[in-house]
Amino acid sequence: MKDMFEETIERVLTDLVTPELIGAAEDGTWPETVWQAVEDNGLAIAAAPETSGGVGGSWHDAFVLARATGRHAVPAPLAETLLVNWLLGLAGLETAQGPATLGAAVGRFENDRFSGTLADVPWGRRADHVLTISDGDAPRLMLLACGQATIAEALNTAREPRDTLTFDKVAPLFTAPLPAHLSLDTLLLGGAMIRSAQIAGGLSRLLETATDYANQRTQFGRAIGKFQAIQHQLALLAEQTAIACAAAELAFAASEDGPDPLTIAAAKTVASDAAGQGATIAHAVLGAIGFTYEHSLHFTTRRLWSWRSEFGGQAFWAQRIGSTLCRGGSARLWPTLISS
Amino acid sequence: MRLTDFVHARIPADAEAFRTEIRTFLDREMQGIAPIVRADSWMGYDDAFSRKLGAAGLIGITMPKRYGGREAGAFARYVVSEELLAAGAPVSAHWIADRQSAPLLLRYGTEEQRERCIPGIVRGETYMCIGMSEPNAGSDLAAIGTRAVPARDGWVLNGCKIWTTNAHRSHYMIALVRTQERSDERHGGMSQFLIDLKAPGVTIRPIRDLSGEEHFNEVFFDDVALGRDTLIGTEGNGWQQVMAELAFERSGPERFLSSMALFHTLVDAIGPEPDALQAFQVGRIGAKLIALRAMSLAVTAQLDAGQDPAWAASCVKDIGTALEQELPEVAQLLLATEPRVDSGGDHARVLAYLTQLAPSFSLRGGTREILRGILARGLGVR
Repeated sequence: MKDMFEETIERVLTDLVTPELIGAAEDGTWPETVWQAVEDNGLAIAAAPETSGGVGGSWHDAFVLARATGRHAVPAPLAETLLVNWLLGLAGLETAQGPATLGAAVGRFENDRFSGTLADVPWGRRADHVLTISDGDAPRLMLLACGQATIAEALNTAREPRDTLTFDKVAPLFTAPLPAHLSLDTLLLGGAMIRSAQIAGGLSRLLETATDYANQRTQFGRAIGKFQAIQHQLALLAEQTAIACAAAELAFAASEDGPDPLTIAAAKTVASDAAGQGATIAHAVLGAIGFTYEHSLHFTTRRLWSWRSEFGGQAFWAQRIGSTLCRGGSARLWPTLISS
Repeated sequence: MRLTDFVHARIPADAEAFRTEIRTFLDREMQGIAPIVRADSWMGYDDAFSRKLGAAGLIGITMPKRYGGREAGAFARYVVSEELLAAGAPVSAHWIADRQSAPLLLRYGTEEQRERCIPGIVRGETYMCIGMSEPNAGSDLAAIGTRAVPARDGWVLNGCKIWTTNAHRSHYMIALVRTQERSDERHGGMSQFLIDLKAPGVTIRPIRDLSGEEHFNEVFFDDVALGRDTLIGTEGNGWQQVMAELAFERSGPERFLSSMALFHTLVDAIGPEPDALQAFQVGRIGAKLIALRAMSLAVTAQLDAGQDPAWAASCVKDIGTALEQELPEVAQLLLATEPRVDSGGDHARVLAYLTQLAPSFSLRGGTREILRGILARGLGVR
């Protein structure tokens, strides 16, 4: 189903997600045409099982969808909704209606009501629902209506909403015990996984843009792409794109039954590193024009500069892997590295 | 790069089954082998080990049964290779023969050439080297001048090869040489020959590397008579044949696992409670190894499907060798251990050895600059 998903989402997003649309979204306009097309094509529920009202695609297949949201800089929580609906499906719950998001909770669930705060929630002001996990002895998955929260607004470097939602004795729309095979870290892991795929998509866009530019821009009487200095920069950008893609897809493939901690940590470590390096190269190749608002390069690079930090940055995830590897010592090193 | 260049590939169950077999062999044969010996990785020469591995049926496993192989797929070979490398097994004697000579002969060789070489390769008894670089033709391989001239019963070879790994301990060289004068067609006029290194007129002179070891050689050809049955494939098609080999040479696990022995001693030297910097750096390298293996498996799937993933293979090699080279740098950053060539603990010795070996990682098999040129051409800017 992977090829079909990719064909569909490319067809839907290529025409609709224009620089004008992304720019308008940065000023607060919700991209209704895009979201409508997403819903019409079942993209937001692609990885939820049919029994939950989803399309029934595998999570591995959904990788290409998450990557495409990054490639096109979709100014809406499509990757988040895809993730939320997949997780709801894993818990045997119905898919959420409309745009959904996720956030880690600090608070308590008592008498069937939740009170607490969810920080850095992607698109919190625009999503209809937010998935969270209550902490405590018996953790529960909860789907809350964003409309019932008090919202403190914030924007990341791409002017994507990253809001803080505070709930006061709100009854969840759905709730279920966290399935045994899902950890308390599920939302952090899931978020890191989709961001890795989006970074891979963003890098592939940078590579196309920078390569096209190097072939067109002429200096010293020839296309700048004919200079070895530029060629080697583009080669490095291609490498960063390739390794981010491979690491992110591995994480999705290994997470079919629930987020796989090691491969997700590896994917986010590699992708976060690649994001910074890739953005640096793309800006160097495009020169001053790439530093203007008029050129669309920044829609991708400004996303990469935030996505690499969201749901844990490079150091956070690398340290997790490093602690595991050192704890296991040399005898466990190789078996751990190839365990997924 | 296209998004399809590194599509995820899972090791099939029948290939994964080889892991138990190779691990059982390694548990038995690698007992008590010191880390400093393991640090040699695929430069470690031990013909007794190679013969045992061959006797266990773990060399040339992709070869047809009529030559002693097991007709296994590329993923099975991948599993065996990565386990050998991760353990630091001394595989150098048979490595090149298994990786590229046997497949090359199977693809382009005559039946007589296959019969002569492949069964011995599979048994771990016949070793091969690859004659490519010359004193005046390194990265610019098409500049080679070693020349085979037609004679009554074949050809007569004159010239010289250099940096030839293991020539002094191999039975045959597969060499790329000129069979026509250089012409405007840069990549034409070259052919591959199977050269018996015992033949009269062949002189092999080992070259000491900076660590004092002798891995590579200069090989001189002085009126060496080559029989008609020594030409591999088609005369004049040598360049294309060599390029087809390179994807096998550049995408395998030996392009990112050469420093594994140091990664092993490093995590043990750090111990179970790393500080923040140690955890970060160890984890960063671990993450890259996981990602590189995924890339390498994706290329293996393309090779297995008969495609020519030259671009993707160059990508694996450039990222992989950079990581191999980074490991000694990171190791010396994270601990106070000073490198020692003659004393000290395992980590000090492995650190000294691999620090010195590391510059070769991005030279052998195509330099970083050549690889990036290939990547740029694939992107359409060159």
